Amino acid sequence: MTCLNYSKMPACSAAILIITVVLGLGSGLAAQAQGNTTTNKKEKIMTQTSPAQSSATAQKNEAIRPFRVNFPAEALTDLRRRIEATKWPSRELVDDATQGVQLATMRKLADYWAKQYDWRKIEARLNALPQFVTNIDGLDVHFIHVRSKHPKAMPLIITHGWPGSIMEEMKIIDPLTNPTAHGGSETDAFDIVIPSLPGYGFSGKPTELGWEPVRIARAWVTLMKRLGYSKFAASGGDWGDPVTEQMAVLAPSDVIGIHLNMPSAVPPEIFKALGAGGPAPDGLTDDEKRAYGQLDLFFKKGLAYAQEMTNRPQTLYAMEDSPVGLAAWILDHDIRSYELIARVFDGKSEGIDRDDVLDNITLYWLTNTAVSSARLYWENKLPFFAPQGVKIPVAVSAFPDELYQAPKSWAEKAFPNLVYYNRLPKGGHFAAWEQPEFFSSEVRAAFRSLR
Amino acid sequence: MKRCNTLCGALLRRLNFFAAVCVAVLGLFAWYGCPQSAQPHDAQKEGKMVKSSALTATQKQIETITSKSSIRPFKVSIPEEALTEMRRRIAATQWPEKETVQDESQGVPLATMRELAQYWSTDYDWRKAEAKLNALPQFVTNIDGLDIHFIHARSKHPGAMPLIVSHGWPGSIIEQIKLIDPLTDPTKYGGRAEDAFDVVIPSMPGYGFSGKPTTTGWGPERMARAWGELMGRLGYKKYVAQGGDWGAFVVDQMGLQAPEGLLAIHTNMPATVPADVDKALLAGAPPPSGLSAEEKRAYDQLVRTFKQVDYARLMGSRPQTLYGIADSPVGLAAWLLDHNDADAQPAATVTAGLKRIASTTGELTRDEILDNISLYWLTNTGVSASRLYWEYKGGFFNTKGVKIPVAVSVFPGEQYEAPRSWAERAYPKLIYYRKVEKGGHFAAWEQPLLFASELRAAFKSIR
Repeated sequence: MTCLNYSKMPACSAAILIITVVLGLGSGLAAQAQGNTTTNKKEKIMTQTSPAQSSATAQKNEAIRPFRVNFPAEALTDLRRRIEATKWPSRELVDDATQGVQLATMRKLADYWAKQYDWRKIEARLNALPQFVTNIDGLDVHFIHVRSKHPKAMPLIITHGWPGSIMEEMKIIDPLTNPTAHGGSETDAFDIVIPSLPGYGFSGKPTELGWEPVRIARAWVTLMKRLGYSKFAASGGDWGDPVTEQMAVLAPSDVIGIHLNMPSAVPPEIFKALGAGGPAPDGLTDDEKRAYGQLDLFFKKGLAYAQEMTNRPQTLYAMEDSPVGLAAWILDHDIRSYELIARVFDGKSEGIDRDDVLDNITLYWLTNTAVSSARLYWENKLPFFAPQGVKIPVAVSAFPDELYQAPKSWAEKAFPNLVYYNRLPKGGHFAAWEQPEFFSSEVRAAFRSLR
Repeated sequence: MKRCNTLCGALLRRLNFFAAVCVAVLGLFAWYGCPQSAQPHDAQKEGKMVKSSALTATQKQIETITSKSSIRPFKVSIPEEALTEMRRRIAATQWPEKETVQDESQGVPLATMRELAQYWSTDYDWRKAEAKLNALPQFVTNIDGLDIHFIHARSKHPGAMPLIVSHGWPGSIIEQIKLIDPLTDPTKYGGRAEDAFDVVIPSMPGYGFSGKPTTTGWGPERMARAWGELMGRLGYKKYVAQGGDWGAFVVDQMGLQAPEGLLAIHTNMPATVPADVDKALLAGAPPPSGLSAEEKRAYDQLVRTFKQVDYARLMGSRPQTLYGIADSPVGLAAWLLDHNDADAQPAATVTAGLKRIASTTGELTRDEILDNISLYWLTNTGVSASRLYWEYKGGFFNTKGVKIPVAVSVFPGEQYEAPRSWAERAYPKLIYYRKVEKGGHFAAWEQPLLFASELRAAFKSIR
């Protein structure tokens, strides 16, 4: 198997690696079937080593099986024990986050996680939602599926990214399926489908190669059809963006429109300038300059985790074996998200709270998906942030603290059928999670004209 | 030599306070009179300050001045509980699934880590490494505010050349201990008495038993100054320095600083890439025209290397985020193992070493690899060692402008095989250049006898 090695650029000029690094979705012919409808951490470990179902059998198995989360108490006790036994490095040598996730923040997180955090709360909230598993293209896909009570609800599949999960989307389910309870109109109702990416959450972990965004997009189209939706909308950010955009590319007559909060809209000349590592080109508008600066900073200072995951996902044994190690790695996705999360552990709530953060991290821990989620970066072939040729209606919500706040001019170039564009006053990379009211109203507005 | 050191150590321990003060005051005058530090003019300044302050200082101040530059004997003594805990953690490792490829293209394979963990948590014995270290004269001294641990093995041969050997990442003193006997006692290995060395092997700040910096600033330049200071403190007026990996950066810096006592440096990872080639490399552009076949080959090797250094990018930007390698022995081991060499990532020679139980010719063994990893674990230096990548903002392989005599050994498995043409341009006073027949990035560790004979040959001309 050819090594899909995307580190084209040498060490000191990180900017160059951007294009090839950021995308990395894992895909593979997952023959790993999980017949269980409940999850048990130890069982999971056992089934992973059992022989995989044959492709043929798996493909015939289109059943949609109900699913409930149920981790044994022992798994939670073990987690707490490990956190409390954490062996800590010495403190960073700086008084800010320029060397990485700060020790004080991790100590606070660990303390809360071990002593006060309660997984059973989120487990109950998940189990209050209709959850299912179905086998698509040889892989078990877990998803939440909430149908609106309103008759003309638009079907909508929402895809998360890394280091996110279905947890990110929990707060928008009711606002979108039940808009009247949230000051919205029934004409803006949605049926919501929230899958987990292959190798993430309760979905299967591919054991073969090939599960990259295009294949995932294909699987998501299959999923929606299997659920009885011949036409549907899609929304996504982070890895959810290429998956969503590829759905639009693969199935333009089935996808009504797509909504993106981290669009692939960076023009080629901007990539070139970023690759050279120099200042912004002349003639950019303020919005474009801002976006350039955000991308430049990310590529120069914040890209390394993605490069490691793209090229050496299997080396990340430390993230699989250390809860605190996993948590720190997850917190360091981008500096703005880190700052938000660090503030939360300092007692300042802003959209997400400590439980939200730990619900997500704990999901990665309990499902053993640190390395399997990283493989997505290795598998991916699409240049991240670069336009993918979407022709169907596109809606863009540009949040200010996203990796880059896409300017309208760039969105118009990337999406010839841009039906909606908005710049929000606040919100970052995990927009649905941090700002569910804004995000819900964005989604409603995005698709209103397409109903 | 060893016996004398022990006696001296014993004497020092028995000195009472009064004797200590007398020694200190005498020492201070001697220091002022005969500057031994790397920069004589600084020592004079320091000496002047020290002299006047010594005359007016309180006894406490004198005590502090004494203890700060004193050389204290050191013995490794890891508590049994730490070893039990290490084993317990390894056995309790939560594992990822197997990689989805049949090779190393996704990272260190699961089977490799499982096998290593199995041995590491059961039959591997740290005490053997500890005994090996404690059979060597070890010391700690405070330099520039930080405790520096070092091995100091004096040759029995008079006129032995003092040599400081600087390790790298993911290395340590463990990489160099097999050099000590061949270098200090050459006749046992087919060498000549005239080619003997006194060997000093320090641990870099944040590594091994050296202190961990608590402020920024400990890059290769500062380490180079510290190494010069160390050699002076050990009484060496003339010495040479050797380094590979980060050690090569340090000795290049020593070469740039050109302290009075430094006669020459030897590097097995030389910085020789000409500016125009370096520029092309960083830009991902094709190489400049006019390169010889050998130079083009070196260029291609560097292109390959730059695809295999994501660990360096991570440590260079977010070292503190690596909580996992402080908390998980297997996590730490995989991270350390994933350093490349010319042939593979993980380094081919390390993968081969993992399969080697014993070697009569000093080649790398599984136990030695675990000695190194265990040292990182037991000293909790996974993250502190990473910070060096963050500190250093310079180029890796580009020429640095060293003007003093330089010796270069090119091992075939190094990141790139520096062509003689580049080495001659990078080091105008190239006193030695040889392409060695075998050995890789961890040359001293993999081929200690060959490495030692290289050093003898390298420094012959400047004795």
